[in-house]
Amino acid sequence: MRKMLAAVSRVLSVVAQKPASRVLVASRHFANDATFEIKKCDLHRLEEGPPVTTVLTREDGLKYYRMMQTVRRMELKADQLYKQKIIRGFCHLEACCVGLEAGINPTDHLITAYRAHGFTFTRGLSVREILAELTGRRGGCAKGKGGSMHMYAKNFYGGNGIVGAQVPLGAGIALACKYNGKDEVCLTLYGDGAANQGQIFEAYNMAALWKLPCIFICENNRYGMGTSVERAAASTDYYKRGDFIPGLRVDGMDILCVREATKFAAAYCRSGKGPILMELQTYRYHGHSMSDPGVSYRTREEIQEVRSKSDPIMLLKDRMVNSNLASVEELKEIDVEVRKEIEDAAQFATADPEPPLEELGYHIYCNDPPFEVRGANQWIKFKSIS
Amino acid sequence: MAASAGRLLRLRAAGAEGPWRRLRGAGMPRGFLQSASACGAAAQRRQVAHFTFQPDAEPVEYGQTQKMNLFQAVTSALDNSLAKDPTAVIFGEDVAFGGVFRCTVGLRDKYGKDRVFNTPLCEQGIVGFGIGIAVTGATAIAEIQFADYIFPAFDQIVNEAAKYRYRSGDLFNCGSLTIRSPWGCVGHGALYHSQSPEAFFAHCPGIKVVVPRSPFQAKGLLLSCIEDKNPCIFFEPKILYRAAVEQVPVEPYNIPLSQAEVIQEGSDVTLVAWGTQVHVIREVAAMAQEKLGVSCEVIDLRTILPWDVDTVCKSVIKTGRLLVSHEAPLTGGFASEISSTVQEECFLNLEAPISRVCGYDTPFPHIFEPFYIPDKWKCYDALRKMINY
Repeated sequence: MRKMLAAVSRVLSVVAQKPASRVLVASRHFANDATFEIKKCDLHRLEEGPPVTTVLTREDGLKYYRMMQTVRRMELKADQLYKQKIIRGFCHLEACCVGLEAGINPTDHLITAYRAHGFTFTRGLSVREILAELTGRRGGCAKGKGGSMHMYAKNFYGGNGIVGAQVPLGAGIALACKYNGKDEVCLTLYGDGAANQGQIFEAYNMAALWKLPCIFICENNRYGMGTSVERAAASTDYYKRGDFIPGLRVDGMDILCVREATKFAAAYCRSGKGPILMELQTYRYHGHSMSDPGVSYRTREEIQEVRSKSDPIMLLKDRMVNSNLASVEELKEIDVEVRKEIEDAAQFATADPEPPLEELGYHIYCNDPPFEVRGANQWIKFKSIS
Repeated sequence: MAASAGRLLRLRAAGAEGPWRRLRGAGMPRGFLQSASACGAAAQRRQVAHFTFQPDAEPVEYGQTQKMNLFQAVTSALDNSLAKDPTAVIFGEDVAFGGVFRCTVGLRDKYGKDRVFNTPLCEQGIVGFGIGIAVTGATAIAEIQFADYIFPAFDQIVNEAAKYRYRSGDLFNCGSLTIRSPWGCVGHGALYHSQSPEAFFAHCPGIKVVVPRSPFQAKGLLLSCIEDKNPCIFFEPKILYRAAVEQVPVEPYNIPLSQAEVIQEGSDVTLVAWGTQVHVIREVAAMAQEKLGVSCEVIDLRTILPWDVDTVCKSVIKTGRLLVSHEAPLTGGFASEISSTVQEECFLNLEAPISRVCGYDTPFPHIFEPFYIPDKWKCYDALRKMINY
């Protein structure tokens, strides 16, 4: 009987009918949820931090696993496409996005710098749209005009090329949240390199002064392009750099830790106490962008060590399998599905036509009558509409 | 690092122009687009450069020469400066290991880490800091990693550096400051790795803005900028870092600032450009000679501010027609200043309206770059219309 059930579930999963296979597989006595211990966060100007234990339900666990695998496969695919010269421009790749998304609501706002592909996905866009934007086609989320660094979605403000410039923007979005009174928060992300930009400190000051519901998040992957944090920052305790803003340091490789910390931070902001700073300690395996091999400023052993000990997908997988929340086969099935989805999306992204040439002049201004954009010489003009 | 820098710039062969030329000349950009998206081979076609670098003859008056590309010429100039001037320091993002474009390779090992050092990611801080060093009399050579990132430092350059001497009545100055920055389109840079901001700085009296077209010019002009007693901004065309190779003298030498160079003499039309675009208009001049029998005078402006009005006007008086070309957007681009001054000085000598072939009035595009840049076909077209005016 059991063998027949397993066989049937295998057949059904091949046909990719998720609910059916999950129902069948659920009969194999999985736990519904499990409690895990997570690392305590370092605190700055805070009495209490996020809880040290958390409950992960089976459904959530599978959802996070799928999202993380999708983001990772999507980035690897983008890497491949870039090497095939189908993606042009710069391509900066990486994984805290799923944990952050789990801690907030879809009505909250998020803004980040150029490492935006993962966030675009977790904020609701499909892999097709993201890959099509990378290849510069009209199916892309910015209609092919932005590329890797400029992707946007509902309540997701990009995707910004100049690092540090997005932080005052995030503070402004937080002001709008407070003004509208809808209990929303804004997550403003930046990296360890950008943490040394002056405008970030201007944003800290304004956010603290006016008690804006802004969660400043520093994704510390220990290298600003090729410069390690010790050589760039006088203080590498990024969570304390807000000085008068309370902060916490979170293990960015553990999705549950990130989720709890984000929930804590969001609750803090929503209660009107003002901004809060989170430092996510994370790592990137590849180089800064596609043109950086990533090994000239750090050793391969270091990368290998992090990959084998603290890989976020592996951590989640181990936890789920060890506490009987899912089986190894089930997770493998998800891998296969994800791979197929990415392949399809890559197909679409390569085959989709580029935006038409007329669109060169569109969306410069917002104007009532379309005006003419002067071209390379006085006889070339493009229409600009918005 | 070599591989990565190479990938960054994607060296292109100069020769494979055939299919590109056919499609562009026939005026069928749309057809080109569709076939380009169809297959990998066509995608290769799209990466052909829009110019061919034309090296100058080997210079004989400066001693022994060596084959160098643009970034090596810059390294050589910096090496000479640091050797000659004990107060000279080089700083910027990632300059210690050699820089993202390898312009400072080997300098830290040779001169020590207190003379060649990295700064954190803070352009405003870098330039402000550089002004401070220069005011005390030391020579500061700051690097801004891409010209697109120079805007946080705009206030420091325009309000502090440019006005220091003027506002202190010559009591203080930051003349020993030089800011170097990779500049211009590179084929795949998109919005924030391709800008040409020389026009923003041309509007600011007190600083000098210089753009070289080749390794030989770059070394001479950079050494002049460093030794010049005014704050200078030196924009290096990043697409030429590897693509431009010629014989460059090993010893230091200077090329005077604020002097334009007449590269080729002619009698019918004057063509003016700077940086990468000089190579484009040289080709246009060759095409015009061959197809229309028109003799063009080609001028490399070299220094944008203060620019050499005399050379350009003398040329226009001779030919009667002027075409100025640059990658930056048309409105407010430096061609508008040249155009305006020339029509003031040489109005009665002009046979046709002055033609400006520039980038579109849009942000530098991602996927539309091949259509945005003022390539030789657009320049040729403008030239033809001017001849037939």
